[in-house]
Amino acid sequence: MSENKTTTAVTDKAAPAEGRPLLEVKGLTKHFPIYGGFPFKRQVGAVQAVDGVTLDVFPGESLGLVGESGCGKSTTGRMLTRLLEPTGGTITYDGRDITHAGRKELAPIRSEIQMIFQDPYASLNPRQTVGKIISGPMEINGINPPGGREARVRELLETVGLNPEHYNRFPHEFSGGQRQRIGVARALALEPKLIIADEPVSALDVSIQAQVVNLLQELQRERGIAFVFIAHDLSIVRHFSQRVAVMYLGKVVEIADRDTLYEGPRHPYTHALLSAVPETDIDAQKRERIRLVGDVPSPIMPPSGCRFRTRCWKAQDKCATEEPPLVQISGNKPGHLTACHFPEDPTTAAADRKEDVVMDPALQALEKDVKHA
Amino acid sequence: MTSPVQTEDTSVPGGSGPDVLTKDGAQETKASEGLSPGQLMWMRFKRDRTGIISACVVIFFFLIAILAPVISKLYGKDPYTLYGQNSLTLLNEFNMPSGSFGGASGSHWFGIEPNLGRDVFMQLLYGMRTSIYTALGATLVVVILGVLIGLLGGYLGGAVDFWLGRFTDLLLGFPSQLFMIASMPVITAAFVKPDENTPVWLRAGAIIFVTGILGWMGLARLIRAATLTMRDREFVEAAKISGASPWRIIRKELLPNLWSPILVQATLQLPSNVLNVAFLSFVGVGFVEPTPDWGRMFSNGAGFIQQDPAYMLYPGAAMVIFVLAFNLLGDSVRDAFDPKSGR
Ligand SMILES: Nc1ncnc2c1ncn2[C@@H]1O[C@H](COP(=O)(O)OP(=O)(O)OP(=O)(O)O)[C@@H](O)[C@H]1O
Ligand code: SF4
Ligand SMILES: [Mg+2]
Repeated sequence: MSENKTTTAVTDKAAPAEGRPLLEVKGLTKHFPIYGGFPFKRQVGAVQAVDGVTLDVFPGESLGLVGESGCGKSTTGRMLTRLLEPTGGTITYDGRDITHAGRKELAPIRSEIQMIFQDPYASLNPRQTVGKIISGPMEINGINPPGGREARVRELLETVGLNPEHYNRFPHEFSGGQRQRIGVARALALEPKLIIADEPVSALDVSIQAQVVNLLQELQRERGIAFVFIAHDLSIVRHFSQRVAVMYLGKVVEIADRDTLYEGPRHPYTHALLSAVPETDIDAQKRERIRLVGDVPSPIMPPSGCRFRTRCWKAQDKCATEEPPLVQISGNKPGHLTACHFPEDPTTAAADRKEDVVMDPALQALEKDVKHA
Repeated sequence: MTSPVQTEDTSVPGGSGPDVLTKDGAQETKASEGLSPGQLMWMRFKRDRTGIISACVVIFFFLIAILAPVISKLYGKDPYTLYGQNSLTLLNEFNMPSGSFGGASGSHWFGIEPNLGRDVFMQLLYGMRTSIYTALGATLVVVILGVLIGLLGGYLGGAVDFWLGRFTDLLLGFPSQLFMIASMPVITAAFVKPDENTPVWLRAGAIIFVTGILGWMGLARLIRAATLTMRDREFVEAAKISGASPWRIIRKELLPNLWSPILVQATLQLPSNVLNVAFLSFVGVGFVEPTPDWGRMFSNGAGFIQQDPAYMLYPGAAMVIFVLAFNLLGDSVRDAFDPKSGR
């Protein structure tokens, strides 16, 4: 861990939760309609991909957004960049409501919100040179940097650790990690204030992941860019984000600053996620081990009440009838919000728990309850 | 175990920087100038011998079509003069070319025409010129309509796509050759008074219009499918996030990725349009005398197949070679663009 102390010093510098948030998200919802029926198609249901997500992103901070596959992280990210039209809620950027703003209305803030994509092979147009790809955003927004666009592109290539002489090359000549760097350079071209990074390293080779994460971290630190860093496990986010939001089935279940979340999680799902994070500093013996069994329920018919109850070992009747609000529950520090009726103790040690939590018995018990009732 | 971040941190102190290049991309050691996808396709194409030969044949045909007037000067004949009528020896008493192979000789290489006695070589050259130009025009119409309709449907989706799709289906269901025969006189009649002669440009325009209108559907479907798969690719989304207009996205992001299906489809469409134009002339609704025309040479030749088979042989052989070479070229172009597709 000593190696990491230097790279994770971010927290000391950036002070989140101060001043006005750059991006305010309230009750953000996206339901994808499902059509069916014959002979006339009509809506027969909806995929509740994102359901009432509330978050703030402060200037210059990095917010991690974590959750299992299919929990709506990408959908949230795409709504923030306005690639998707929200079905509910509001997005406020720098005091301006952009929830349903059209292309023309977004023009003044387009340059301020950029995105880095997951798949470095799909995110670069194979028929454009690197120079074209990176200068595209400048061209669209009519930006003419002092030394000309080409000079600026070369500068950006250097910033992301690529050879500026590769200006005229095509994407197929680069490796995955290099392509992702090109994607980063493109996102930087407009000097954004907020970058949504949707699993920017998941598609990369493990040995290259850290290089790209370090690059992003450097940029965040040096340029004060706010990040929403989407990831499906907690390990990468840990080294990158000052605050972390945990999502489960379209909802944020817990949000806190990094240290609180990693050392004193309250929500059972966060506990489960954390127990899956490989660690070196805590003796593996001492840590609780929770294996979540079973699949995430379908977002078409999410469970009533708390959405995690089908997999939760603490679930009680109340969990099925009443949806737990995302609030600062008793025992939480300010800014640490948890959506749970029966939160866990704020510890990740297994000392007070005799056995591993294995979800099979809990599930069986739950099913028995349902039968008895 | 350590997380990936930690593993990396120990192996690459300082994280990113230009030195990462060497680690991050082993493939970066080759030539400093990059090859564009187009250049790569050209390199693959050059290795394909069938492709090169058929390309040469096709170019040869285009050259003689374009240079027909020059060849006519050098050769000293033209396609209109009735050489057989002016000379007593070229045609026999049945008005058939005297001599073997349709009267082929040093002065009339492919012989002369039965009855009228025009020069077959010149007729063929100018006939090809007419047909190829017309087919090129029709192919242009096909490509423009196909790309436009396919792109619009694929990119806009929704109701636009639905109605364009139904319209495409409707035209595909049309008995196109019957429709061509039926519509040609109607179109010319709409522009020309019954007592006037139809000008050649109007006939050509009508032929191009009709073959074009009935030929774009295949390309449109192809382009629509390709657009659909690309529309949600992340590079298109990146352009959207930067504020690109739909028109810019179509032009700068989608179209450059569609050149291969367009080029392949156009190379396959051209010979089929040559055949369509020939078909129209063959059934008598295409070009009329005195405009030399490839297809009409067939219909004329068919009348003399017993007495003068050579008169049909020359245009026939030329057309078979032309269409074959073009189709092989189309295949090679496709293979060069997409080495995986194979056959
Ligand atoms: N265009 C769409 N139409 C219908 N359903 C969709 C659409 N896009 C996403 N979904 C559904 O919404 C849910 C959330 O998807 P999303 O891509 O946001 O998940 P994710 O958290 O990013 O997962 P991953 O880690 O796999 O990327 C999934 O169940 C998915 O099937
Ligand atoms: S509310 Fe109930 S079911 Fe949901 S996480 Fe808390 S204890 Fe588990
Ligand atoms: Mg995703």
